Amino acid sequence: MKKIIALALVMMLALTASAVAETVKIGVFEPSTGDSGAGGKQETLGIQFANKNNPTVEIGGTTYDVELVYADNGSTSDKAPSAAQSLVSEGVSIVLGSYGSGVSIAGSPYFADAGIPVIGISCTNPQVTVGNTHYFRICFIDPFQGTVLANYTKNTMNGTTAYCLAELGNDYDVGLVHYFKEAFEALGGTVIEETFPTGTSDFTSYLNNATAIGAQVFFAPVSISYSTQIVEQAGSLNVPYALLGSDTWDNNVVIEAAKGTNLSIYLSTFYQEGGNPEFDENFKAWLNSDSEALTNNGGNDMVAAVSAMGCDAYNVALEALKAAGSTDPKAVNAALGSVTYDGVTGHIAFDEVNGDALRDTAYIKTANTTDGVWDFVTVQSIAK
Amino acid sequence: MFQTVLPYLLSGISVGGQYALIAIGYTMVYGILRLINFAHGDVFMVAGILMVYISAAGVPLYVSIPLVLVATAVIGFTIERVAYKPLREAPRMSIMISAIGVSYTLQNLVLYFTGGLNQQYPTIPFISDTVTIFGATTKRVTVLTPVLTIVLVAVLVLLINHTKIGMAMRAVSKDFETSQLMGIKINAVISTTFVIGSVLAGVGSMLYFTNYTTVIQTSGAMPGLKAFVAAVFGGIGSIPGAVVGAFIIGICESLIKGLDIILIKAGITKSMLGLTTFSDAFTFALLIIILVVKPTGLFGEKTTDKV
Repeated sequence: MKKIIALALVMMLALTASAVAETVKIGVFEPSTGDSGAGGKQETLGIQFANKNNPTVEIGGTTYDVELVYADNGSTSDKAPSAAQSLVSEGVSIVLGSYGSGVSIAGSPYFADAGIPVIGISCTNPQVTVGNTHYFRICFIDPFQGTVLANYTKNTMNGTTAYCLAELGNDYDVGLVHYFKEAFEALGGTVIEETFPTGTSDFTSYLNNATAIGAQVFFAPVSISYSTQIVEQAGSLNVPYALLGSDTWDNNVVIEAAKGTNLSIYLSTFYQEGGNPEFDENFKAWLNSDSEALTNNGGNDMVAAVSAMGCDAYNVALEALKAAGSTDPKAVNAALGSVTYDGVTGHIAFDEVNGDALRDTAYIKTANTTDGVWDFVTVQSIAK
Repeated sequence: MFQTVLPYLLSGISVGGQYALIAIGYTMVYGILRLINFAHGDVFMVAGILMVYISAAGVPLYVSIPLVLVATAVIGFTIERVAYKPLREAPRMSIMISAIGVSYTLQNLVLYFTGGLNQQYPTIPFISDTVTIFGATTKRVTVLTPVLTIVLVAVLVLLINHTKIGMAMRAVSKDFETSQLMGIKINAVISTTFVIGSVLAGVGSMLYFTNYTTVIQTSGAMPGLKAFVAAVFGGIGSIPGAVVGAFIIGICESLIKGLDIILIKAGITKSMLGLTTFSDAFTFALLIIILVVKPTGLFGEKTTDKV
């Protein structure tokens, strides 16, 4: 009996081994639950869309099927390591993600140990790629984003006092507030900074604080679930200042909360719907044909910037696999640095120091509270 | 000065009222079963989720509100029958662990149904309208919450002091076994307690989520914890205690969040001290101090050990 079982197991192993020979696995390291779940799902949608369009890749003369392997990092730094480990043990060649810098930083060492390269899609904290050779990213970084927002606040909105709110212990929030403050103070503005503990749902006190100090701008680069609360409560308090968000705010859940209020909301992001009409059209058609995808996008067919970024990240990963000519993670890692790609969100190339994308523009959007959509305002670069 | 403090006071009173409605559930169950019902915060969250789904199905509000309250009562009743009743003779620790189990089961069921995405709570007209009080703008629910809380508590206290079931509840909370010998249908009394607690949690969830419109599987955790703290603070087992405790905690929390600004406006400090970060720490430190000074809480009964 034991022999038969052993034989069966060996056969199964052989079968899996032969199956692996024809597929290449790409890890999707994204939150599908927790505070950033909505954003993670939209980023994953971009990857799935790209995978549907390019399901195979030619590596070293053989055509491989691409298999996406998912791991939910739960939006928290304590769940990220086990999600990362599960991808490592699945034997993925390259990993895409994550939405949220904190989870990316928490997962990073496990990928480094296994020699697996990672392409960050929308994790903007500089710490993600500093001091390592395996983490790359295709988005701009926070010193840039913070400066862009500070410039916009100072020059276009004529703001002199900004109130900044961050979630305590969240690398993304705290980092971005820091860079914003640095840039805004250099421009001669005043910044008041406060933090709130994880799990807060009453933001009225913070909103009142900003009113009391006479701020013109309320800058809160927080996760989606907090930003919807802030928008909702700011709407009912009828706050006298403008709300300023970062790339996390570019989500239809946030705009739903803002609909019908008198708020003025601005944010910076990676991509503007309409930037690539062909992509928009195909993506929307796909969303509308797949009810689960539509639900994951928040129930409508708005194109989130992170979906476009996810699509580009997948294609960059395919380019890296082609350039490496192998599915070995180390070879892919070596090849990834010199990959260039013209994607939906523009030209993508990596710098040689940290593997960050060479990006010099961000899109500023504002909330159209009557129709419940994000309107394009301007392309803002760092130039004074 | 008043103008500076008022907005914080308003949001504190409102948050306190919502904590109070949850805290009553904790304190009543504790009074009768000596059980800390950890699943209570999650019943509150499930009530929120039910409202989201029932409204999404297109049911009008005058149907959905009572429907949610009835469904919440059924959930509270079922939890007690399935997870606590079979353990009535078991050591107290087992029933407490069972409560933790129920709490996580509810959270994960909701995680499964919502897919971990935030659900937007439907707008209830009238109470979500914006009103201005002495120059501070807020939602009408902020003003209504304390009033509604006090009315509900008054009704509850009348019920406990002047009805047959209320008398039975008091008897059961004094002595479980003797009251059983006296012919009190103990299961009916316990079920009633759970039903009342759940309905109040349901009302609390409507007020709370009208203010803070995002519902997610962990939404019940923090309000649940704070309400539990409020119940202990006021003296667990005492209903007025839970209400007073909840208001104190809500107001403290809110005032500390604005303390920096209040101090600056009053001319005591010149710059921001970053005190907001400690809003939860202050609240819980206050709890420790009260308990050290008065171990049974503000309104707690003095326990005398009977031989």
